[in-house]
Amino acid sequence: MVSSTISELVADAKDGDHRAFEELVRQTYADTYTLAFRLTGDEEDARDVVQEAYLRVHKGLQRFRGDAQFSTWLHRITANCANTFLGRRVRHRHDELPAEPNIADVHPLRDPVQRGEIGDLRAQLTEALRSLPPKLSAVVVLRDIYDLPHEDIADELGISVSAAKVRLHRARKRLRERLYPFGDESGDQESHAM
Amino acid sequence: MQCEEVTLVLAEVAPVEDAALPLAAARHLDGCLRCQAELSQYRKLLRGLSSLREVQIAPDSTLLDEILENLRPPAPVLKLRRRDRRKAILKGVGAAAATGAAGAFVAVSKLNRSTVAQ
Ligand SMILES: [Zn+2]
Repeated sequence: MVSSTISELVADAKDGDHRAFEELVRQTYADTYTLAFRLTGDEEDARDVVQEAYLRVHKGLQRFRGDAQFSTWLHRITANCANTFLGRRVRHRHDELPAEPNIADVHPLRDPVQRGEIGDLRAQLTEALRSLPPKLSAVVVLRDIYDLPHEDIADELGISVSAAKVRLHRARKRLRERLYPFGDESGDQESHAM
Repeated sequence: MQCEEVTLVLAEVAPVEDAALPLAAARHLDGCLRCQAELSQYRKLLRGLSSLREVQIAPDSTLLDEILENLRPPAPVLKLRRRDRRKAILKGVGAAAATGAAGAFVAVSKLNRSTVAQ
């Protein structure tokens, strides 16, 4: 239902309906901001990336054919803007410690035990992701959270597919080592022992 | 296959399903507790990452207004101004040409200077 609403809005916006475009922004901007924040790790930078992304979407909407999902297209544009932005940031200033994000679960789990475990893991992961260099975190965010194909990731980050894959493996390895620093995992080894 | 090779495969494939594992790696995993633990860690990691898709980071309440404000078309005003500016320059050059070659030379050299200054 949500996707049909989005596609209707896209169609109306393409016909020049500015209100439809505004509604499209209203429905998607929090998601876009979340991705921008995950890619830049900074509130102000994420805001700039989101602004730039919607300007590009507005300009390029006629080129959006609708054979891909609008959200995927928007994620790609956001990734591209963030990449450009980070390139500029590296040249212009040293990274400071970013502020804690204001996190909200869109689909909270009912089971409190599961909620606690997942919540802990998510918090640890969010922390771990922020500890990675932006080049590595971008790839793992786009692939393992947003499910973009390697080819799209490579395109938007301006690197080869094989470079994107190498960065992904490195990022996963670092995340795993950070989450499980002692290599042990209670219970699991026992259950696999034959 | 040795543990070191399997480690690389696991980071690459990080499979959720056993079927995605190359046969040699799967065979190694059958008898190696260390690599089994690592596989299990990768699976948890990937499930956790994928679940982050459900988590939204709330933007400051002013962001939406800022985006919409940015998208509202001030473009015609800008274009008009630019067009006006060009007209003014053309008028200036035209007027200078009308008053004589010396006047035109001054206008053009002024334009050149401003281009260089940029
Ligand atoms: Zn092994």
